[in-house]
Amino acid sequence: MRGSPGATRARGTGRPAPRRDQTMSFLLLVEQALNGLQLGVTLFLIAAGLTLVLGIMNLVNLAHGSLYMLGAFFAASFARLTGSFALAVLLSIAASALVGLLVELVVLRHLYRRDHLDQVLGTFGLILFFNELTKIAWGPMALFVDVPPALSGRVELIPGAPYPVYRLVVLAAGLAVAAGLWWLITRTRLGMLIRAGASNREMVGALGIDIDRLYTAVFALGAALAAFAGAMAGPLYVVEIGMGDAILIKVFVVIVIGGIGSIRGAFVAALLVGMVDTFGRILPSLAGLPSALAEMAVYVLMATVLFFRPTGLFAARG
Amino acid sequence: MSPRLDRRAAVAIGLMALLAILPLVATWLDQGFYVGQLRRVLIFAIAAVSLDIILGYGGMVSLGHAAFVGAGAYVVALLHWHADRGIEVLGILPGTMQSLATIPAAMLVAALLALAIGAISLRTSGLYFIMITLAFAQLVYFLFVSLRFEDAGRSYGGDDGLRYPADVTVLGLVDTTNDLGFYFVVWTVLALVLLGAQRLVRSRFGVVLQGIRDNERRMRAIGFPTNRYRLVAFVLSGAIAGLAGALLALHESYVSPSLMHWTRSGDLVVMVVLGGMGTLFGPVIGATLFLLLEKFLPDFTEHWMIVFGPLLVLAVLFARRGLIGLFDKRGEEARDGGH
Amino acid sequence: MAATDALLEARGLVKRFGGLVATDQLDLSVRRGEIHAVIGPNGAGKTTLIGQLTGELRPDAGTILFDGADVTALPAPARARLGIARSFQITQIFRRFTVLENVMLAVQAREPHAFRFWKDARRDEALAAPARSVLEETGLAASAGRLAGALAHGEQRQLEIAMALATSPRMLLLDEPMAGMGREESERMTALLRRLKARETILLVEHDMDVVFALADRVTVLVYGRAIASGTPDEIRANPEVRTAYLGEDEAA
Repeated sequence: MRGSPGATRARGTGRPAPRRDQTMSFLLLVEQALNGLQLGVTLFLIAAGLTLVLGIMNLVNLAHGSLYMLGAFFAASFARLTGSFALAVLLSIAASALVGLLVELVVLRHLYRRDHLDQVLGTFGLILFFNELTKIAWGPMALFVDVPPALSGRVELIPGAPYPVYRLVVLAAGLAVAAGLWWLITRTRLGMLIRAGASNREMVGALGIDIDRLYTAVFALGAALAAFAGAMAGPLYVVEIGMGDAILIKVFVVIVIGGIGSIRGAFVAALLVGMVDTFGRILPSLAGLPSALAEMAVYVLMATVLFFRPTGLFAARG
Repeated sequence: MSPRLDRRAAVAIGLMALLAILPLVATWLDQGFYVGQLRRVLIFAIAAVSLDIILGYGGMVSLGHAAFVGAGAYVVALLHWHADRGIEVLGILPGTMQSLATIPAAMLVAALLALAIGAISLRTSGLYFIMITLAFAQLVYFLFVSLRFEDAGRSYGGDDGLRYPADVTVLGLVDTTNDLGFYFVVWTVLALVLLGAQRLVRSRFGVVLQGIRDNERRMRAIGFPTNRYRLVAFVLSGAIAGLAGALLALHESYVSPSLMHWTRSGDLVVMVVLGGMGTLFGPVIGATLFLLLEKFLPDFTEHWMIVFGPLLVLAVLFARRGLIGLFDKRGEEARDGGH
Repeated sequence: MAATDALLEARGLVKRFGGLVATDQLDLSVRRGEIHAVIGPNGAGKTTLIGQLTGELRPDAGTILFDGADVTALPAPARARLGIARSFQITQIFRRFTVLENVMLAVQAREPHAFRFWKDARRDEALAAPARSVLEETGLAASAGRLAGALAHGEQRQLEIAMALATSPRMLLLDEPMAGMGREESERMTALLRRLKARETILLVEHDMDVVFALADRVTVLVYGRAIASGTPDEIRANPEVRTAYLGEDEAA
């Protein structure tokens, strides 16, 4: 009905597991590990915003994936228009953040006080809206974004194992952003407010901080991060409607495992999920089992973690 | 019974009567197509009512309910397919098209799945519960996507789903080929489910469930093992969803994993909430409206979603009591399950 | 098995929240048939103590004995079924149910949990009759049909007690039953507690000193999570450490 099932299935690292014999398995491992880290970093960028919004505003925002999707679509269009990938990424972040702010002002603001069910339904409606809007604006077909020529090609980090430059760039960019986020959270006043808000919302309000502006700032930050992830993801994965929903569930898994409201938890969990998902993918094909089982690995991981720690690994609030 | 409940009962009876008359009219007018459409509505209504038990009365926001519907459907589908080909399921279980076996089997499998998922999910609460049910829905979805079978060139599996013959005599009463007859079987099942669910939510078990929804801390303090009650409700609800799935499989002669995609679970939640959660009949109204809109709006515009999405948002913001709330007089205090 | 004099005993309870020690090597014993009051300034850890005694919180160290049996590891519902009933400082009732239904739920909790799915619980006389007598006892009989959420604050506090009573407890843990009550309501509550004193063992957390000294057989004083003194009300009144702890505190109810 909405094309999502196909999108969910077609997710992947974009490369088939190369056929190598046993002696090359170490290099295979390294390659997959890098893939796993890159996926993890992408997940973290999306998860960071979502977990902050959850932890501070207590808002379940199913439409967060839509911001990731918009980031990818905007970047694809801007890249075509301007011919510069870097510019396209920046413009796409700006555009998506703007859309995000609009959504926050018009819809989400009214949902803060509601219970989670209302938020789920409301943001579910937003997903439907954005998916359709994207279809109208960009057409129903998937878009393909080329890796920018400057970043195409491979580099041999380990002799004998060429690895795509672009993926390294994504990995590095993601880690840089993660570091920047860490600095923001731990070293700035805004970050302190965010941390305080994550563990005790009422307190922050009582301290006389303009809660509305804090919320908007947090939301905008999250939107920017998600859009950035989407923009960077364009050349790696297929840019299609529903790509946001597909990755959103993995992001939820990350947040749940990491603990709601915890950036640190989101980081650890994102890398973990990225690795499990990537390695989980090659195992079934090695064992001759249907590849769809690979998709389950992440959920089995989540079920296991929650079985032992029902509030995740690093819950910000008891 | 309060006037409000009397009014709601009247609405329910009226609508059920309408749902009984419409297919007769449609057949008489030679518009048999609508009988099938309405039958599908009734089947999803059963699933929606089952969700209302845990959502409206139990306060459990599950985004994975479609998994149970799908599981029930697949059980029937598999048993039929294997019976048709004369091959055993997993090499041991002979296929069958006997509905007296397939339908209970579907309900049992769905119940067991609910037991497994519930045992883990119900250890969490609030936000974590919502997300874990969502993830489990995906888990089950991918499980069924990876379900493949091949024998002598005939196969099923993956995204393509499964086609199988579905001409059976349902519960020894009516053939599925008899459109109207099968319709009334489903109608009766819905009526029985509604009556049964009503007794359930008013029973000792039901009031405990609602108490847990309203104040779990208090319930534990007076001595109720709240997780156990919730798990039982979850399993019962899953079994009824499995029943809906079984009927769906008989209705359509085709199943695919998309039945279990999390967006279908989202649809079920929308049906329950828009119809009016915690009312049992609200979900029937919700399912009816949702499916009719889904079927017939696209004829007006390809991009009907762009209207439906914001409509949903508006409904959440302003029409919280759901459609059944429209039948209430203004200012009546919400009780008995409603928000 | 020798019947101990103490119905509820806490030995060496310790509870930490991060760096904060909320309960610090606390010993407490409540004798059968007595009203034992726990008092202390704000932040002394009274609610944390109740939480551990009822099973909502797990102590980091120490044991809790109920009628000689070690219940430290038992979760709250299990302890409630053993006969430990509690009322909450912040009213925890079922606002959408009627007063009678609230108490009927509590009555139902005492029955073994064989799930009953069919019979209408609200017309179940086996639940309604005991519930009505508890309402009589707590002075709420007139409000039986009203929605709990519609009651006045004082009546809601009475309902709190009623629900605890309806579980046929062997012991009551009352967390500031007078919280937020006016003079008249407080007097009614005191009278109720005095009536209950005859047949219930009660652990009472309270701020209102008049009530404490009027009702309690023994008093334990909590300061920063430690029991600094325990004895009869007169002994406590005379205790210099206690006086210091309360110096400057306005103890008006």
